[in-house]
Amino acid sequence: MPSIVKPIVTHPGLDRNALGLTIRDYEGGMSTLCAGCGHDSVTAAITHALWESDTPPHMIAKLSGIGCSAKTAAYFARGAHGFNGCHGRMPPIATGASAANRDLLCIGISGDGDSLSIGLGHLAHLVRRNVRMVYVIENNGVYGLTKGQFSASADVGSTTKRGEANHLQPIDPIFLGLSVGATFLARGFSGDKRQLVPIFRAAMAHRGLAVIDVISPCVTFNDHEGSTKSYLFTRQHDVQMTVADFVPPAEEISATIPSEGLVSIPMHDGATLRFRSVPDGYDPTDRIAVMEHLMSARSRGEIVTGILYIDEQSSDLHELGNTTDAPLTQVPYQKLCPGSAALTGVGFR
Amino acid sequence: MSRAREYDLMVAMNGQTYARDIAEVTSGGFTMYDSSWPLDRDLIREDVTYLGVPLAEMCNDEFRGPRERILMKNIACAGALVAMLGIDMEVIAQLLTEQFAGKERLRESNQRALRLGHDFATSHFDHPLPCRIERMDATRGSMLIDGNTAAALGCVYAGATVAAWYPITPSTSLMDAFAKYCAKFRRDPETGRNNYLVLQAEDELAAIGMVLGASWAGARAFTSTSGPGISLMQELLGMGYYAEIPAVIFDVQRVGPSTGMPTRVQQADILACAYASHGDTKHVLLFPAHPAECFEMAPQAFDLAERFQTPVFVLSDLDIGMNDWVSPALEWDDSYVPDRGRVLDAGELRELEVFHRYEPADAESVAARTLPGVSELGAYFTRGSGHTIEGAYTEYPEEYQAVLDRLTRKHTAVAEHIPAPMVDDRAHAPLGIVTLGSCELAVLEAIELLGKREVTADYMRVRGFPFGAAVRAFLDAHDTIVVVEQNRDGQLRTLLTLETPVSKERLRSVLAYGGYPLSAEDVVEGVMKIVEA
Repeated sequence: MPSIVKPIVTHPGLDRNALGLTIRDYEGGMSTLCAGCGHDSVTAAITHALWESDTPPHMIAKLSGIGCSAKTAAYFARGAHGFNGCHGRMPPIATGASAANRDLLCIGISGDGDSLSIGLGHLAHLVRRNVRMVYVIENNGVYGLTKGQFSASADVGSTTKRGEANHLQPIDPIFLGLSVGATFLARGFSGDKRQLVPIFRAAMAHRGLAVIDVISPCVTFNDHEGSTKSYLFTRQHDVQMTVADFVPPAEEISATIPSEGLVSIPMHDGATLRFRSVPDGYDPTDRIAVMEHLMSARSRGEIVTGILYIDEQSSDLHELGNTTDAPLTQVPYQKLCPGSAALTGVGFR
Repeated sequence: MSRAREYDLMVAMNGQTYARDIAEVTSGGFTMYDSSWPLDRDLIREDVTYLGVPLAEMCNDEFRGPRERILMKNIACAGALVAMLGIDMEVIAQLLTEQFAGKERLRESNQRALRLGHDFATSHFDHPLPCRIERMDATRGSMLIDGNTAAALGCVYAGATVAAWYPITPSTSLMDAFAKYCAKFRRDPETGRNNYLVLQAEDELAAIGMVLGASWAGARAFTSTSGPGISLMQELLGMGYYAEIPAVIFDVQRVGPSTGMPTRVQQADILACAYASHGDTKHVLLFPAHPAECFEMAPQAFDLAERFQTPVFVLSDLDIGMNDWVSPALEWDDSYVPDRGRVLDAGELRELEVFHRYEPADAESVAARTLPGVSELGAYFTRGSGHTIEGAYTEYPEEYQAVLDRLTRKHTAVAEHIPAPMVDDRAHAPLGIVTLGSCELAVLEAIELLGKREVTADYMRVRGFPFGAAVRAFLDAHDTIVVVEQNRDGQLRTLLTLETPVSKERLRSVLAYGGYPLSAEDVVEGVMKIVEA
């Protein structure tokens, strides 16, 4: 994946975050994806959310697998380390990185091939472990780099560019997540940055794994009539199940954020997730109710978006492991080695 | 002493395997069996003395419940053995008291069963047998320990903080021991929080992925597995090699290929580890021979992995890993300082004009790395795709080759950091025997036995790969070299012919690969065939 250095042009009028950084400081290399690729819009939304979150770039770790999606990890946060691993294996690599240094904000960028086919098992277990990270699935229903084969998220009846229909059932990462204990599930559309940014903000603040399935059309192989992952189809069928605002800790509630939400979820670091609009009887903290709503929406052919489920109570990887507050990478060796004296109690002599 | 092929005393407790068991008794030896049922006439050997103990009968009379009647047969048998081998009954009684502390009823019934067998034996047979146990003081400086426990301790002492694994025989006890010792030594006394994290992965692909992720982020991380796990890890091992990420992999070898025999021993993963993954790869291997070396080689493996930024394999095996050994006592040098390799901190990065991941390389062809979470100045994009020495993507032949060629030079530079081979060339014999790992005891014993047949041989046990000057010197100094190893294809021999200038014709093989630990007789027979040919 070519990494073309992007010229850094900073307009003096650009807003600065609490660290004094502009959004340019959160950008990365020049994208080499096709013009109009949904992934570039996702990158822009992640960049924006990172800038808003005031995260020092060096505390971000970007991880990806293989595929078009994997390339995008190079296109934001140039001041962060990136790890472009093997196809489908990003979840364990991210688990290891997060295990070693719990202070890192791990952002995993994956695709439907990476997450729902070759790495499906890893994704399910990442969810079970509740590794604290943001896990983005840039979902376009096709394999782009290998020229347009169906992926496991392709809907039954949708067709390739050449008109062949898919007959296999799709795997929906939201239903998968609900069934294996996910603690944060959202779906977005790359064409709607206004919805994506607060989703990413909330995901970054979430205590545990946040899975965000983003419908991100492939303009080259899956944006035709007959596709159910095209810009047009997604716009026509997108139903915003929930509309939520992310209210950072201690921030004055600005006029643009209504003071009352239907449901308000306190997040662990003092932030609040305020749902402005949810359907009648929809409780984003009730796994069974969410499952029922999503099932019936699917039967109506709707592409449901928004923050769909959140659980701020469950323990994450490090809480389950009772690990020390300091990242394991920072525990001095003297604390790790029991010393020769401790060997006297070992083995039979 | 290594395993003998024939046994002086066989305790045959399993009707289905009587024929095979009795066939393995040495001429003039003894077989103890449950005489509640008569022994099939076909099983009677003239040259073997049979010691029939009516275990089932005695236990049925003595105990009530069906479970107790069955279980106590074993203890009664142990009692008979105690008598026949001349073991001090008091010592055994003490062990029972320790084992069943707080379980008075169990202690009492076990004690009764033990006595039952003991009394039967003393009143029916000449005792003790000519082959018996004697109190001696020959184990000073040794301890009884298995290799997996020792390796796990080595990882604790080396400062490993992240361990990821998928359960597999025979490596499971390594991670169990690591978790056990971490719970003991790594829980912060003030906060009660853990200075380690053990991740039971969903499969071996995930296990090695977790190790790479953790190492990349700056932890000492390792996995333990066996052959099938090594097969599954191939792709990511290649990434670790090419992207230059440290990793430590304990491979407790069992019999392959495929599922093979999970409870039997082999040394058949040598080549699979040396060249693991697709494309041109070459890895670093260590070959421990006993538990004490498993302990020592753990920190060495982490030092090598971090210094050379590459996966390092410790090739133990089932015999070393799971069996209790009288091993040299584990020793730890408190002055040990981990070699974390070249890692730039924020201050060092500020001094640099610009940081590139894979250059400049030092005399050993290693470039400094940076860790996430330290400084923006050290940020880079780790990739398994073709990259330049700066770490950027490339498809240009010369840029790609520059990195690949440096990796070759780096691998070569590792050789002089590998533990030196164990050599005994005092005989100055034209014949040299080369071996590795758990073959050691059998080979040393065989050299002694060969001496009695007036065949003298020098000895070298290689302790790692790439091979250093000392290995090449030994090969150069001997006309005929016999490579003794436990696999079908002579994998160490192949590696020596590929990776040293030694001519193939001078290397001969003695191989054992049925799954039992090597015996000295195997080696003597094999060497004699070569010598007499």
